[in-house]
Amino acid sequence: MKKYALRRIILSLFTLLVILLVLFILMQLMPGSPFNDEKLNAEQKANLYAKYGLDQPVFVQFIRYVGNMLTGDFGVSYSISKNTPISQLIRTRLPISISIGGMAVVLGTVVGLVLGIIGAIWHDKAADTIATVISVIGVSVPSYVFALALSYYFGFRLRWFPMLFTAKQLFSSSVLPSVSLSMFTMASIARFTRSEMLEVLGSDYMLLAESKGLSGSALIFHHALRNALIPIITVLAPLIVDLMTGSLVVEKIFAIPGIGSLLVTAIQSNDYNVVISLSFIYSAMYIGIMLIVDILYGVIDPRIRLAKGENT
Amino acid sequence: MKEPVQTESQKTGGMVFYPDDFKLKNSGNEIHIDSNFAAQSFWKEARIRFCRKKSAVFGLVMVILITVFAIFGPGMTSYTYSGQNLLRKNLAPRIPVLEKTGLFDGDETITTTTGSKKINYYKLKKLGNVYYWFGSDTFGRDIWTRTWSGAQVSLIIAVAAALIDMVIGVSYGLISGYFGGKVDSIMQRFLEVANGIPRLVVVTLLLLVLNPGILTIIFALMLTEWIGMSRITRAEMLKLKEQEFVLASRTLGAGSFFIIFREVLPNIIGPVITQVMFSIPTAIFTEAFLSFVGLGIPVPQCSLGSLISEGFNSFTTHPYQIVPPVVVMALLMLSFNLVADGLREALDPKLKEM
Repeated sequence: MKKYALRRIILSLFTLLVILLVLFILMQLMPGSPFNDEKLNAEQKANLYAKYGLDQPVFVQFIRYVGNMLTGDFGVSYSISKNTPISQLIRTRLPISISIGGMAVVLGTVVGLVLGIIGAIWHDKAADTIATVISVIGVSVPSYVFALALSYYFGFRLRWFPMLFTAKQLFSSSVLPSVSLSMFTMASIARFTRSEMLEVLGSDYMLLAESKGLSGSALIFHHALRNALIPIITVLAPLIVDLMTGSLVVEKIFAIPGIGSLLVTAIQSNDYNVVISLSFIYSAMYIGIMLIVDILYGVIDPRIRLAKGENT
Repeated sequence: MKEPVQTESQKTGGMVFYPDDFKLKNSGNEIHIDSNFAAQSFWKEARIRFCRKKSAVFGLVMVILITVFAIFGPGMTSYTYSGQNLLRKNLAPRIPVLEKTGLFDGDETITTTTGSKKINYYKLKKLGNVYYWFGSDTFGRDIWTRTWSGAQVSLIIAVAAALIDMVIGVSYGLISGYFGGKVDSIMQRFLEVANGIPRLVVVTLLLLVLNPGILTIIFALMLTEWIGMSRITRAEMLKLKEQEFVLASRTLGAGSFFIIFREVLPNIIGPVITQVMFSIPTAIFTEAFLSFVGLGIPVPQCSLGSLISEGFNSFTTHPYQIVPPVVVMALLMLSFNLVADGLREALDPKLKEM
């Protein structure tokens, strides 16, 4: 197990390094200079390049770059908000994105589990059909379509929730974005839970538990769900990543000042330092989540632990 | 004189038999063919299983319908997808026969903060004989034409990306699984690293470097979507390569690549097709997402994503502008998912009920 965890950690760090290299190379290839101002003459430009270390040899730049990135010094924004350190830009925006994403994950997981359990217990009944229809629609329809529909009906027509995000009404204005983001997670978890639960419910130890006289919630929650939950952890990681992608669009629709909308603005205004910093943050979060889930999975399920231990 | 038939008993010095000695019994219509349990070909059985699932058939019909409209829809009106007419902007949907029923008659309800009122711009602007089936957008372009040509672009991108991913993913997975050992180890480490880079990051960075357009989006999808496919084919290869037919083929002198692509590949075609069908909606979604963020198809060309993005700008005042592309895209993704689900069950009879 330790060997397996160590191997995963090393691989993750290596992946992060590869990403940094790719980001760095891309930054060199990126068309356009951050100093597009026509008023600048050659000398002023040279001064600016020197100030930001852009006149150094490529290798030196890269080493410096890796060091800076890992210590959280992402440099300054070139054009969005001039000379503001990017870490400062991100510091105010990241918590907003994470809290909305977190709400979406919690909401999606809880509702998804409930739908999945309903589908498995009343297998092939009306309740199952309804749960299946909801989850198929949730998987198939992109989150921003939900976002548009929700913001039109509940924000614009019914005025139950604010259409746009405001810091004053923190909770009520994050309801719609979280709900629209959570749809995909909810639907995937519901489908996965249903098939896992069906498999567990048909297993021998469930038959044993039942013949020992257990029934009702003890049977479902204590014996079935606990075993069905293990594989569900593995799908959570890719789902969280899908949330990151979805958040870009949802943040644009609801005008949320998070890192998703920052990335969109940065792309559109060619502020490549910000784009690359955010790409690094997204990658780091992604790799971190994958690593945690993989190791957690090994800790929870002894079968995986043993199987992977033998292989490595 | 006919040659005697060689039999065991002849060798042992027993009786001699001639072909005439034997006659087929029950050779006529007496032979009973068991039609109930007759062996069916794999594809026929798969077709039957697929058709038994109503949702899958519904999905298939919708996919075909949308494809037909995507091909012929833009030609059904006199408008072009890029033709602008600022005198006829923001007209609500109006369809010749249906307008008499009160639906699609060009009326639109404008809702503002002070209340709502019903307006018919066709009457106000005296456009008696003008029909925009899905309405017109802020530049006076016909939304019907644009929706279907957008669907066309989205479908082309999705299918092309899915097919390219299939070729790359299948080859990668099969080769990695077949050779095993060091080759597999290196290829899997590479895959793990590639998989560690979020798709969002790859796609955004790529679109910054290259010019936005259909080819760039296909290329971006190609770089990210092959991983899932290669995982599936590798797993199948690991299962199949120990089987007797592979051993037999190798004993008969078949080379590695013959075994991989001619012996094993036909046997895993089911999971591969299923995965392709699942990757099409992903590709449609990614394209729509990119266009929505502003990294997609350049104007005046349009895709479903860019239409949604345009409609979003005025979706509280003219909601009918965003409805057609949203509905078409949602239906398209839903249908492809349903078809893929049906195919997965049809092509893999061992699969337990999901």
